[in-house]
Amino acid sequence: MTHRIRIRHGWEVAEREVTDPELYLRRREFLGATGALAGGLVLGACGSSESEAAGAEGAPARRADLGPWDTDETPTSREDATRYNNFYEFGTGKEDPARNAGTLRTRPWSVAVEGEVARPGRVALEDLLKPHAREERIYRLRCVEAWSMVIPWLGIPLGEVLKRFEPTSKAKYVAFDTLLDPEQMPGQRRSVLDWPYREGLRLDEAMHPLSLLATGMYGEDLPNQNGAPLRLVVPWKYGFKSIKSIVRIRFTAEQPYTSWSYEAPSEYGFFANVNPEVDHPRWSQKRERRIGEFRKRPTLPFNGYAESVAPLYAGMDLRKHY
Amino acid sequence: MDTKRLRGALPRLVVAVGVVPALALVVGALTDRLGANPIETVTHVSGEWALRWLLASLAVTPLRRHLGWTALAPCRKPLGLLAFGYATLHLATFVGLDHFFDWRSIAEDVLERPYVTVGFAAFLCLLPLAVTSTRGWQRRLGRRWTRLHRLAYVAAIAAVLHYLWLVKADLLSPLVHAAILGGLLASRWRTPRAETP
Repeated sequence: MTHRIRIRHGWEVAEREVTDPELYLRRREFLGATGALAGGLVLGACGSSESEAAGAEGAPARRADLGPWDTDETPTSREDATRYNNFYEFGTGKEDPARNAGTLRTRPWSVAVEGEVARPGRVALEDLLKPHAREERIYRLRCVEAWSMVIPWLGIPLGEVLKRFEPTSKAKYVAFDTLLDPEQMPGQRRSVLDWPYREGLRLDEAMHPLSLLATGMYGEDLPNQNGAPLRLVVPWKYGFKSIKSIVRIRFTAEQPYTSWSYEAPSEYGFFANVNPEVDHPRWSQKRERRIGEFRKRPTLPFNGYAESVAPLYAGMDLRKHY
Repeated sequence: MDTKRLRGALPRLVVAVGVVPALALVVGALTDRLGANPIETVTHVSGEWALRWLLASLAVTPLRRHLGWTALAPCRKPLGLLAFGYATLHLATFVGLDHFFDWRSIAEDVLERPYVTVGFAAFLCLLPLAVTSTRGWQRRLGRRWTRLHRLAYVAAIAAVLHYLWLVKADLLSPLVHAAILGGLLASRWRTPRAETP
């Protein structure tokens, strides 16, 4: 109970606070410098991000003051974050998506909203984003394969978007589909997974202020291989929950189909919360390799966001609901 | 160059080609071109080549017997040693780079994770084969040498299982290797035992 109160408090303070613009700018310089050191190629991309962030779709990015969620960890180099991807729609190799995702057409783009909502329909991407201010959030990303990154996302809180469609009292879950189009997504010509890729969250997870609907990263619009033009970012769950290139949002009463949990139910659960105590049947989840680092580091419960999200799972056996 | 000299040069040629992937890893490491996760790259490349050279070494005898490619016979040993070399690099990467000599977590992986267990078993099968690969050991062991070196098949089966068990969803590459191994095993099955060299 005390936990809950402390979290609320932190969040409310964060909303009232005004971000110090000078601090914001200095963080940018830091980002640029890190990118240049690590990659040598990305200085331009990061250095000019201020204008690009504002020029990209939606309202100008503002830096959300995340309070207890914020991290001063060094972001992964943009080069690594955009060339080392799991996006089987463009091939199962880590570098396949960066090579093959050029065929994806991200404009025009629309999202179908269906199911237990008062206001279903098809929404153009621009209309979906328009009412919201784009925020920058630096989140840890932990892949189920035991590697991790730190990524500065640009996005809008998922819950605020979902609320606009007015979910009915029957809505308990929200499901997401990736685009299904083997023409644009050559990886879908092979039945590696049961396409389209599908993911889902319990509605309270989706409404949690940490859940982000991202449209950009590193101050720019999302590259195709990172899930352009619209993807989920749920930082306390394994990366495969953060579905990419979303074309459908469906509110359901029952727990929806989710790709990996049906592909291999003993290995991937519906919840897929980052949990060092519950190993993948084939490998350990106790530690992770942060991309760019040599030694592995310990994996934190809920990927370090336990204080904010653990109450969502109060009373649940996380060994059973992995 | 006459055919005899060409035949004599063939094993050396095999070694020269065989070390290329390892050299590429060294150059890649020195020039930072092993991708975002270099340790994973070294692990995958060394493991894949260990399996490929092992299958190549097992293909020598069937090719000689069924297609009459006798010139390949002297290549069996360098191919087998290449397989062992890449397997050693693979294991060393696992121990030194992936686990950074954390013996407890290494033991945990080997004992608790079937795909690591069979991978380790494959290496243990190759070890005595590499040690007894010399002419001296071959003479000393006589008929037992042949029997001992059938362990190469056990190693290959374990290595393919290791590969099949570790991939997430895309089984294509492990299945291709499994099919090749299946073909090699089938070609041995049909051969009467007396003929084995």
